[in-house]
Amino acid sequence: MNTESTAQPVIEAKQLDLTFQTNDGPVHALKDVNLTIDKGDFVSFIGPSGCGKTTFLRCIAALETPTAGTLTVNGMTPDEARRNRAYGYVFQAAGLYPWRTISKNIKLPLEIMGYSASEQEERVKKVLELVDLEGFGGKFPWQLSGGMQQRASIARALAFDADILLMDEPFGALDEIVRDHLNEQLLALWARTEKTIGFVTHSIPEAVYLSTKIVVMSPRPGRITDVIDSPLPKERPLDIRDTPEFIEVAHRVREGLRAGHSDE
Amino acid sequence: MNRSGFKAFWAVLAVLAVIVAFWYVACVPMNIKGVLTEQERAGAEVQPPSAKDRRDMSELGLVLNNSFAIPATWEQDRPRLPAPHQVAIEMWETTVLKKITSKRSLIYHGWVTLSATVLGFAIGTGLGILLAVGIVHSRVMDMSVMPWAIVSQTIPIIALAPMIIVVLYSVGIQGIIPKAVISAYLSFFPVVVGMVKGLRSPDAMQLDLLRTYNASRSQGFWKLRLPASMPYLFTSLKIGIAASLVGAIVGELPTGAVAGLGARLLAGSYYGQTVQIWSALFAAAILAACLVGLLGLIERTVLKRMGMAQ
Repeated sequence: MNTESTAQPVIEAKQLDLTFQTNDGPVHALKDVNLTIDKGDFVSFIGPSGCGKTTFLRCIAALETPTAGTLTVNGMTPDEARRNRAYGYVFQAAGLYPWRTISKNIKLPLEIMGYSASEQEERVKKVLELVDLEGFGGKFPWQLSGGMQQRASIARALAFDADILLMDEPFGALDEIVRDHLNEQLLALWARTEKTIGFVTHSIPEAVYLSTKIVVMSPRPGRITDVIDSPLPKERPLDIRDTPEFIEVAHRVREGLRAGHSDE
Repeated sequence: MNRSGFKAFWAVLAVLAVIVAFWYVACVPMNIKGVLTEQERAGAEVQPPSAKDRRDMSELGLVLNNSFAIPATWEQDRPRLPAPHQVAIEMWETTVLKKITSKRSLIYHGWVTLSATVLGFAIGTGLGILLAVGIVHSRVMDMSVMPWAIVSQTIPIIALAPMIIVVLYSVGIQGIIPKAVISAYLSFFPVVVGMVKGLRSPDAMQLDLLRTYNASRSQGFWKLRLPASMPYLFTSLKIGIAASLVGAIVGELPTGAVAGLGARLLAGSYYGQTVQIWSALFAAAILAACLVGLLGLIERTVLKRMGMAQ
């Protein structure tokens, strides 16, 4: 499978279109979206609300169906990929079940996918360690802070062997200090697991700090205005954000966002 | 007991004292006419002396003219409104001082009603949960069952209860079952409404999450919808058990049943035994309070074990 994925992009969108039929008439959520994501990429989608960044992520996850164009995930249709459990999805809210402990929450996908009890235990232990939550397995969600809950939800998405991780503004509801910390941890986790990550955000520093590829989008209709391949090295301490390279990339993202707005 | 608990205790006691005081005051005008008739027969001088004049006078006027008779309004044999201590004494005598097997024991009658209540509640809850599961999973059932469930509750139970009893009797079913059926009829509805709301309580994000796991419908039900509905279920059960008790009592009224709190109410009204009626009413209220309290206790225990109560 590895040789196959290097030969073939993990996610490929060609002339993707999505129109929602609403009571106020059709809404053009995505228009002519072309994008290739390679294995091991960390791709951020950034843009103002209504630009279709979340919609595009949901198309990859087969939670929305495009109205035209082609989209492949691991060489399959998104729905086949979903049924093959090709990705883990992290939502904006942690969405942990209040009646399950953190361990039991992480076991939820494993139970559904039919892992054996011993395998479940082993995996829970492994991912709790990955997100730095050892010792919190027996706690209920309300006993944890918002940042810890979001880490638990990331652990839940990592518990099964999906090599794609889709994250929809996972740190959007958290304060900046917690956010910086989680960004650092996420990079470390990405380096350790070598997953392909799709990450929706509306924070420019977050997008630049995390990504190997930044997709700038603009609204009405939702479309891609710029794709930036980051020149930053893979090793990224937090103070990389003060380097000229970082500031230059951030500037280009800001320009892209502005361009998307001016031609309205 | 902490400070706020202490305060609450006194607040409840104060409210209770006000109610009891109001009750004693209300007994005076309510019973004054009867008392004066009795007093007149016993040879006392009452104002005005003619029964006909007294009938046309306001109760308040009679009380003012015959204030000597006020204590007697709390001690009548068959008062219109018995005083609190009369009811309390009657309840004491028919519970603690009577053998449970006695036909005059309130505990015996309470047990008869309770057994029909619990059986009806079990049937109603089971039916309610099944209907709710069907409604949530099938659009056809949602459209067809829900309107009927609502209509069923608009029919006055007092009109329907005799029909249920007659129909069931004609097919040879009598005793506890018809009463339980009426109880179930009243108690299934809050369970349906609460469970439908509870089973639908998971938001779009939680349903999407299960979709990303490619979870089946039954996995979604057992792992998400059912546990999420538990707080709603318990709220419904508390309403349902009270409705169930009402159903069992109503079920005892039209049949001339010889046992049960409903039968006690009916017999009391036949013979003008208001004290007996009131004590049966209080027995029913106490029973309802105990049942709801018990369910509240189970609710707290279950939700706490599930981690849903903090």
